[in-house]
Amino acid sequence: MTDYRKITLDGLWNNNPATVQILGLCPLLAVSGTVVNAMGLGLATMMVLAGSNLAVSLIRHFVTPAVRLPAFVMIIAALVTVIEMLMQAFTFELYEILGIFIPLIVTNCAVLGRADAFASKNPPLPAMLDGLMMGAGFLAVLLLLGGMREALGLGTLFSNMSLLFGPMADSWEIVLIPEYRGFLLAILPPGAFIGLGLIIAGKNVIDKRLKDAAKRREAAEPKTSRRVRTTGTVA
Amino acid sequence: MSLITVTSPHATRSGNHTGAFMRQVVYATIPGIVVMTWLFGWGTLFNLMIAIPAALLAEAAVLKARGYNVRFALRDWSAVVTAVLLALAIPPTSPWWLIVIGIIAAIVVAKQLYGGLGMNPFNPAMVGYVVLLISFPLEMTRWIGPHEAPSWFDSFRMVLASANVDAFTGATPLDSFRTWAGNAEQLQALPILHGEFASLGWEWVNIAFLIGGLYLLARKIISWHIPVAMLAGMALIALPFWLFDDARYASPLFHLFSGAAMFGAFFIATDPVSAATSRYGRLIYGALIGVLVWIIRSHGGYPDAVAFAVLLMNLAAPTIDYYTQPRTYGHHRAKRGATR
Repeated sequence: MTDYRKITLDGLWNNNPATVQILGLCPLLAVSGTVVNAMGLGLATMMVLAGSNLAVSLIRHFVTPAVRLPAFVMIIAALVTVIEMLMQAFTFELYEILGIFIPLIVTNCAVLGRADAFASKNPPLPAMLDGLMMGAGFLAVLLLLGGMREALGLGTLFSNMSLLFGPMADSWEIVLIPEYRGFLLAILPPGAFIGLGLIIAGKNVIDKRLKDAAKRREAAEPKTSRRVRTTGTVA
Repeated sequence: MSLITVTSPHATRSGNHTGAFMRQVVYATIPGIVVMTWLFGWGTLFNLMIAIPAALLAEAAVLKARGYNVRFALRDWSAVVTAVLLALAIPPTSPWWLIVIGIIAAIVVAKQLYGGLGMNPFNPAMVGYVVLLISFPLEMTRWIGPHEAPSWFDSFRMVLASANVDAFTGATPLDSFRTWAGNAEQLQALPILHGEFASLGWEWVNIAFLIGGLYLLARKIISWHIPVAMLAGMALIALPFWLFDDARYASPLFHLFSGAAMFGAFFIATDPVSAATSRYGRLIYGALIGVLVWIIRSHGGYPDAVAFAVLLMNLAAPTIDYYTQPRTYGHHRAKRGATR
């Protein structure tokens, strides 16, 4: 019996590719300067992850262990090429901005990692859900980081969303601080490293709080079944 | 006759020793502060007056959040030293928020997030400086021309009300050198390079910090290894290039007495936490900082380079220490890089 709830939670939180596995950092750090860039790359990665996990799971009985990695890489590369062409066709400006980082999704360790660690050992449906949820977890961190860097660096949020969602998204831009002078550090690579470090630290703090709270609850529960004895154990 | 019984080592001074050492560093910057105030106006003092309380507040806030005894920890004066060094490194015309952002980057990010005093791999003041330099390049390169110090009221307006400062700013010697390097005639005409020695502001600033540095040496707050190695490294690499092509490369003397050379050699590179610790290692560490400063000044994109050079060598300090472990008395010479 597959535990879909566990797969979902693992992807989004407990085993998040960006904050726990620390995989796929190159695109994560490089293109998270604004929300729209982050969302573009996050969505592309999510689609590749879901597709590759599904395909790998379908052929898992027919690929020998010796050649499994080249086979997985071929599948991932084919999917990335499809995504790249789709972006070139429908969101050309964003395709230009993201540039080399779209083809580089092939080398995202999170994609190959999930194919090898999960999809090659599980049936198609859980594998696809795992890909979707891992992708969603990655996308969430990208969006958070993109939002932090855009707000701090440019003083705006959701600017240029029309690159991804068409002209109707032009009005989505929120100017947080009018006539902001800009804080270049947040837009430059150091901002990405510092931001990701703070996100990981924040996640660990929340985890610790939850754990402590669970421990306290356990301790507070009255242990009615135990009798006080000085020797031996209760039969 | 009564004998005082104390444990070894016998305490000769009471009180907080880190604090005593740090206070000496602050005192040693006084000649530099005086000269900078004389040359560049009151902006330096305003920056110091904003930087020190801001640093103490930032430090206290993080220490409290980390559950430390704030009163005791603040007495080590390390936040004050960081604040003074950063305030002296940025232009005296900079608006007040600049130094506040720099202090937060230095104290909260570079120092406390890594574990506080003694744990930071990078020099906090230089992290603050570099954060400001790459985030606000315009404000960070507006230095006042020599002998054009604004009145205290103009300084006040520049720092607190962000008034227009362009009337006072001018190219520093390093800026001019960068602009004209390679153009022999223009370079020869620059008074900075061929004028009377110590005729211009920046040389006085460097001499003042040299005096402060010698005071630190005399009080045994710092050892001679890092400053001497850094200045020697800078001069020795500058010399052959200058002799070979003095239209493109500045003289060793120019390098030693412009920008943050002396300030960096005695006050920045000698930070005991982020520098190399063995004697031999300190010589390597200092010399490589000097070489890096010359390389970045001559070929890099920024006019001065002490901050970048120091931060780069901070990264290398653990490796240098690893390969330069001194021989323990009574033992054979340790194998290079042996972990034991």
